[in-house]
Amino acid sequence: MRYAETGYNLEIDLTLGNIERVETDPRDTELYLGGLGTNAKIMWERVPPETEPFSPDNLLIVSAGLLCGTPATGCNRTIVTTISPQTRLLAFSMMGGFFAPELKYAGYDKVILRGKSSSLVYIYIHNDQVEIRDAAHLKGKGAVETAGLIKKELKEPNAQVAAIGLAGENRVFFASIEQGRSSASRGGIGAVMGDKGVKAIVVRGTKDINVARPAEFMELCNEVMKYIQFRNENPIPNVMPILAGLGSPQEMMVHDEKWHTENFMWGNSRVRRKDFWNDEIAANWMKTLESARTRLISCYNCPMKCGATISLPGLPAYMMKCFSKLTYTMGAFSDLEFGLRIAQRATEYGVDGFSTPQVMAFALELYQEGILTDQDMPGLPEGNEERFYWLLDKIVRREGIGNILANGTYWAAQEIGKGADKFAHNNIKKHEQLPLKLSMLNPIYFLMYCTGEKINITQIEGQFPQAPFLTREEREEFVKDWFQVPDDHFKQIFLDWEPRGEKSMPFYPTVQMCCDIVDWQERMHYIDDALGMCAGLSSFPLKPPYHIHNYPKFISAGAGIDMDEEKLAQAARRYRTLVRAINIGRGMRRKDDRPPENHWKKRFPELEKELLDTYYKFKGWNADGIPTLVSLHELGLDYVGEEFLKRGIYSDSPDEASADAMANKVQKSMKGDVS
Amino acid sequence: MTGERKTKKVKTIKINVDKCNGCRACEVICSAFHAAPKYSSNNPARSRIRVIRDPLADIYVPIYAGDHAVAECAGRDKYTIDGKEYDECSFCRASCPSRSEFKEPDSGLPLKCDMCEGEEEPLCVKWCMVDALTYEEREEEVEEGADREELEIGLEALAAKYGVKTLQNTLARLSKKA
Ligand code: SF4
Ligand code: SF4
Ligand code: SF4
Repeated sequence: MRYAETGYNLEIDLTLGNIERVETDPRDTELYLGGLGTNAKIMWERVPPETEPFSPDNLLIVSAGLLCGTPATGCNRTIVTTISPQTRLLAFSMMGGFFAPELKYAGYDKVILRGKSSSLVYIYIHNDQVEIRDAAHLKGKGAVETAGLIKKELKEPNAQVAAIGLAGENRVFFASIEQGRSSASRGGIGAVMGDKGVKAIVVRGTKDINVARPAEFMELCNEVMKYIQFRNENPIPNVMPILAGLGSPQEMMVHDEKWHTENFMWGNSRVRRKDFWNDEIAANWMKTLESARTRLISCYNCPMKCGATISLPGLPAYMMKCFSKLTYTMGAFSDLEFGLRIAQRATEYGVDGFSTPQVMAFALELYQEGILTDQDMPGLPEGNEERFYWLLDKIVRREGIGNILANGTYWAAQEIGKGADKFAHNNIKKHEQLPLKLSMLNPIYFLMYCTGEKINITQIEGQFPQAPFLTREEREEFVKDWFQVPDDHFKQIFLDWEPRGEKSMPFYPTVQMCCDIVDWQERMHYIDDALGMCAGLSSFPLKPPYHIHNYPKFISAGAGIDMDEEKLAQAARRYRTLVRAINIGRGMRRKDDRPPENHWKKRFPELEKELLDTYYKFKGWNADGIPTLVSLHELGLDYVGEEFLKRGIYSDSPDEASADAMANKVQKSMKGDVS
Repeated sequence: MTGERKTKKVKTIKINVDKCNGCRACEVICSAFHAAPKYSSNNPARSRIRVIRDPLADIYVPIYAGDHAVAECAGRDKYTIDGKEYDECSFCRASCPSRSEFKEPDSGLPLKCDMCEGEEEPLCVKWCMVDALTYEEREEEVEEGADREELEIGLEALAAKYGVKTLQNTLARLSKKA
């Protein structure tokens, strides 16, 4: 029997209309866990670097995590993996909500889509019965609206629906997949779904998910719940409120937005408004949120209520979470009422809440600068807020200038020319980032911005405080019950970390310490993405209920895989390296591992070089960021090394000369293994 | 006919729909607890509590499985509360042919909440960390006679429907069987 996982994937060829239920290899689960891990393995095997994002050969993998569907609190993530049209690299976006557990109960770990349907369809999965159904009548419908219509026509109120809106249908490079309470937004995966002609994936499941050692597993679950309760009652002092508790940042609950509005940038990630927040605005925004918010809502099997139902007069209700609350507001220099209203339309269209407002603000900046003119934007309204609605409509329909903007700021700037690239200034690897501009380089964040291949700072940070605490006493208090650290030297680093003086940034934490900290933080995210755990209960907040010490037990008792901390760390390293390998195959190199040029005012080129050099080595990558043959071998990824050699991947590298020698060495040691 | 006074334990789960966040943790734990062996599997479709949800309409109704109904109701109720219109059967606890809730998914056999027999407190309550479900136990004095009265009312109704004679015959036959 398979535990925690179902042991089956659903393979759907949209070109042929073929549906297959395929048993998976349990050895892959041991090596790559599930979710992102096994997705990466499939992408490596089946989507070679030549495959274009909009090729029928690109796969769209919608996967539940390994522990989704078990009673582990907050384990509900769906991990969607494909080649992004925007970055042309591997995209892996996660969504919470209710989809992944339902997929498990239907009897599948993943839905793997390949090919392209000639007409718009939706996929209906009800346990063993799987159909590709006509979706002509849903063309152009909103993502939320579509979910409602499908549930009605199937008479399945309990089905979970992941749908695209107009943006996905029109292959907007930052189109999302919407799933009611949640969405998989980053990297334009909704565009790939639209390209495949799939309007929605609908799932209803009523089968069992087994756990290997029930009593042990429940004991672990109960401990986690107790700790969540404890953390809810004991927020962490000395950090700002949104970092004090568990869950995704509680944006739907909080009213005080002084910190975000005065520290994050407005417009095209340009303007800081240091004295923005005042009593009048506070009162106004509070009124807006209070009257719009019907209820705080959770994802499957989680008490944290990070989302909300938003219902504004004259508009259909929708659900919102996290920071999209403010992205439109701040992109347009407007107020919360506007932000919540336009987000309703954006959610129906199915677009990413980070990229979209920035793309629109970017267009208006270009217009102000005269780079885009009235000729480029005929019919552009006078009013500022109307302009944002106008642009949004143009983008999702790919009409006029919208057709260019729909590719995101990087590609739009290339196409527009005339120096527009200066305005696409907030990207990493062609992908729009949080609107944040700071002064002093933070070495930990430098490494994370450079090398986080989810290309999103929130998807690599967490665990280690963002800034030093003011006094030693406060730090001592903090480390007292900090048992989540992999080992005690992290406590020492934090204890010694001062806001000023010798042991302060950018030279403390030292380069080596930064490597350790970043590696730990990243590892936790990668583990979450394989298990299907919400980062909000694990890798994102300080002192979370899930950590490197109890995860191996969860996997052992849940999935019946013999696991310990080292083995788990090794597995995470393995598929993390595979993700990098896929991107390396697609041309990503050291030159791409860098933050937006203006992210920090005070930069330290020598230190930055040393940071990257050391971190690469630490990770087992060569000076160009390519995993070395030796490290690939250690991870059991010789098949990657062989492919790299065949493709001459190492030949442009600075340490190219050693590649052949290394290959020899590896071959020898491989022989050694056999004998 | 005066009954003796006795006490009985009344177990109540209080449901505050305003506090429900729709997480379905209650369904998770109920289905796990009733798996055989205990906790060995999980499947909310087997749960004896079901959250009737319609998030966009802001409808969240945790419902406990009650008795099995052989036939569906001919007349049904549709409630509107605070401007929210609830579907037919939303508040009904019956495992009934008209809906899929409260039936074993494979066999179709009816499910019924047993208040987690053997546990200190109902597990759905324990797992509902936002207190939408709370548990209350109280002793209540009951008159034995009260039950009898109910029986009498019931018998009267049956007699009216089928005639006293038929009722007598049926009772006689039933007591022979017993
Ligand atoms: S912590 Fe928040 S985002 Fe995460 S699973 Fe719970 S409700 Fe969802
Ligand atoms: S556990 Fe509580 S909050 Fe969650 S669905 Fe059940 S009743 Fe609602
Ligand atoms: S009381 Fe126990 S049996 Fe009844 S619904 Fe709750 S968990 Fe299930």
